[in-house]
Amino acid sequence: MTPLPSATGTQPGTAGVWDELRTIGSSEQWRDAGPEDTVAGMQPRMVFEPENEIELAAALRCADSGRLSVIPRGSGSKDAWGNPPVQADLILSTARLNRIIEHAWADLTVSVEAGCPFSTLQNLLAQHGQRIAVDPLWPEQATVGGILSTNDSGTLRIRYGALRDLIIGVTIALPDGTLASSGGKVVKNVAGYDLPKLVTGALGTLGVITRAVFRLHPLPHNVRSFTFVTRDAADANRLVLAAQDSKLAHTGLQVRFNSGARPEVDIRFDGTDAGLVAQTETLRKLAPPATEAQANDDVWHGRQHLFGAATPTAQDSQPAAIAKFSVLPASIASTCERLHNLAEPLNVHWSAVVQGTGLGWIRLGPANANAIQQLLQTLRSQLEAAEESFVVQYRSPGMPEIEAWGDPGDALPLMLSVKQQLDPKKTLNPGRFVGGI
Amino acid sequence: MDPRILQEFRAITDDRGLITSPEQLKTYECDGLTNFRVVPDAVLLPTSTEQVQAIVRVCHRAGIPFVARGSGTGLSGGALPVKSGVVISTARMNRILEVDLPNARVVVEPGVINSEVTERVAPLGFFYAPDPSSQSVCSIGGNVAENAGGAHCLKYGFTTTHVLGLEVVLPDGSLAHLGDKTLDAPGYDLTGVFVGSEGTLGIATKIILRIVKRPECIHTLLAAFGSTIEAGAAVSDIIGAGMLPAAIEMMDNLAIQAAEAAVHANYPNCGGLLLVELDGPIAEVEALMREVDAICRRCGAKEIKVAQTDAERALVWKGRKAAFAAVGRISPNYIVQDGVIPRTALPRLMNEIERLGVEAGIRVANVFHAGDGNLHPLVLYDRRIEGQEHAAEVLANRILELCIEAGGSITGEHGVGEEKKMMMSKMYAEPDLETMQRVRCAFDPKQLANPTKVFPRPRLCGEVPGKYEPHPLEVAGIAERF
Repeated sequence: MTPLPSATGTQPGTAGVWDELRTIGSSEQWRDAGPEDTVAGMQPRMVFEPENEIELAAALRCADSGRLSVIPRGSGSKDAWGNPPVQADLILSTARLNRIIEHAWADLTVSVEAGCPFSTLQNLLAQHGQRIAVDPLWPEQATVGGILSTNDSGTLRIRYGALRDLIIGVTIALPDGTLASSGGKVVKNVAGYDLPKLVTGALGTLGVITRAVFRLHPLPHNVRSFTFVTRDAADANRLVLAAQDSKLAHTGLQVRFNSGARPEVDIRFDGTDAGLVAQTETLRKLAPPATEAQANDDVWHGRQHLFGAATPTAQDSQPAAIAKFSVLPASIASTCERLHNLAEPLNVHWSAVVQGTGLGWIRLGPANANAIQQLLQTLRSQLEAAEESFVVQYRSPGMPEIEAWGDPGDALPLMLSVKQQLDPKKTLNPGRFVGGI
Repeated sequence: MDPRILQEFRAITDDRGLITSPEQLKTYECDGLTNFRVVPDAVLLPTSTEQVQAIVRVCHRAGIPFVARGSGTGLSGGALPVKSGVVISTARMNRILEVDLPNARVVVEPGVINSEVTERVAPLGFFYAPDPSSQSVCSIGGNVAENAGGAHCLKYGFTTTHVLGLEVVLPDGSLAHLGDKTLDAPGYDLTGVFVGSEGTLGIATKIILRIVKRPECIHTLLAAFGSTIEAGAAVSDIIGAGMLPAAIEMMDNLAIQAAEAAVHANYPNCGGLLLVELDGPIAEVEALMREVDAICRRCGAKEIKVAQTDAERALVWKGRKAAFAAVGRISPNYIVQDGVIPRTALPRLMNEIERLGVEAGIRVANVFHAGDGNLHPLVLYDRRIEGQEHAAEVLANRILELCIEAGGSITGEHGVGEEKKMMMSKMYAEPDLETMQRVRCAFDPKQLANPTKVFPRPRLCGEVPGKYEPHPLEVAGIAERF
């Protein structure tokens, strides 16, 4: 077969490593990487799909000792997140590591392999009226390992917390071939360091997650959503804070912005019939001057709609970008006003979905690439000056490169030190994380 | 200790901030776990982050191990001094620095007492959720070190759920800010690693907490059952009905007797007492409480009481929170154990503990956070009877082994500390501990921060770990990790 063009640092003399690697597993688990396997423009050489975590750890160790770089991959739905890797040789795919190991429904826990698609898992849990209380992007494709590694959280976070609050155990493969577990399958556990939290959101730069254990929540019986059209950003922010300051027990609270249009606030409850009636009444007292609009459950997919054409399978034809920001809940309006004031003179269309937690996602464009770039940079510097953060998650083709993460602050030396301990040769996802990690 | 080092310490704090007299040092020889005692060489009481940094820099330079200490209420020896080391007490760093209600954030120094946070924000309708039984005396810094829990973690989570960011003095004296007031700060979740690391990764000097809005109402139900097994069945049904109560606590007859003797909480005298607390909007709570009531009756509850007023509710909780100490009324000595099991293993474990107790001639009182399977067996003994202390220790350890065998944990909230470090190798495999040790080396390469705790044996940070070899059973597919 003809080797594919490779932009990697694969040096002569690594042929032996590839030969050794290919002794792991069987030949149908190995294939040459194609154009569909590129990672942010980098063409890897091979894709390996281990059947179990021992094969995965063995391949990782072999690649590490042969100085090949490894890109762990679930379904690849968020492959573009983070900075482009400085080198990409081997894609370690968790596609075959997709078993649901144990659904201990009476104990409200589930143990699952990293490659399991999220909706496959949720469908199984739903048979016992349970779920992992998180609503990630593209649940049909996204895998447990990918969702964890990118710390992807949605609208349920305001009530149930982030993945860090739901994961209770993890097994990771380290570049030296160690398979290490931490945590366990009980919700309450303070024995040893909390490595599940360390690897959640680490973008696969410390180890490859091979399995995880989650605490579960019951599926709600009745769910009701409401939408209010507010006067302006300040009114929207007022309603968000009023809901947070009330005795309401909502499970979703977000604001949707669309350039100059009036922002809309969505709020969701679940519970008993009696409880819903009482909460509806309280909410309607809080809302004015915002006016109630027709409710629609689809609003809770607002974040995914923002990604719109930027789904795993499609690309924008015009320059566009998506960024995640994190501000204090009381600063939602000022952040979006700031964005509006920057976008208007540059003629950049923008839309945003901001959760009541202060986490927001904005889409910029279609517009002139330089204008978008300028806006991203200005907004980042303004937010960072206020100790808030701004992460670029998506750039369409045609957009210039921009650092994805921004300033990690004075903990960076410590992060580098953790990286050095677990992945000293920088084998995993090199260059993709904060501060060049 | 070298007088020149003491001179340096004195220059950093002042006379009030340095304790060296033997009789005063004795106060610090142990924490809430009193069977381990080590007198430190000196105790330092800094008043600022800068002072903590300066002290730690001296320790780092001179290779002096240090142990951070909050209120010293820990139950696993986490604040036990290390031989030839110093104790750094955060008692004088006790200011609430910032209260930000619109964003529900509070910034505190580590010496602030847990219940002071709630007291400060309660008039404004908020509370700080983690509520260990020692909350009126334990410090937030200590809570961070131990990832303290409490009765309400079932719904609200643990200390780690409520700590958004930390200012920490690392073991070389440098300062780092982990996490932030805003969520998802870019980078590794080192806040998540630091919380619960039992003082082995550095000293937290500022803590950003999330506070929670007080729910519209809180209802507490007491149900008396013939046995803990019956009460346990009710717990399963409540969870199975899709409810997430704020707390579900259980006590057996011995624990009830002790609590009654100590605080007269008006508990019914029964074999298994269940305390179920629901909170939220009134209409919601009332509807669910009827369901809980029906479930309890169906599972054989002989008597059901609902705390009607705040005062009644406070009394119910006072009895529960005083249970550990109350056991002192019915036994001269006792061991407080802390283990976790998957909740469904509860009936089996209760039977087993009872059988072991009878066999050893030792009484065990049981108090537990039944909703999350966190057991607190109180192993009662009399030191004056020869051999009983040893038998009690054997039994307490056997209970932990049973927890591990059931797929649980050796500690749900008290920590590993000095007490359970040898049990760590029973719960985790060598590569698991090795990986945690590497994280420790990233923070503390010279191993000065609370060394000798948590892990069964020290590891030099220069050591190259052995290659991972899968266990033969694992290869054969017989054993799974976890």
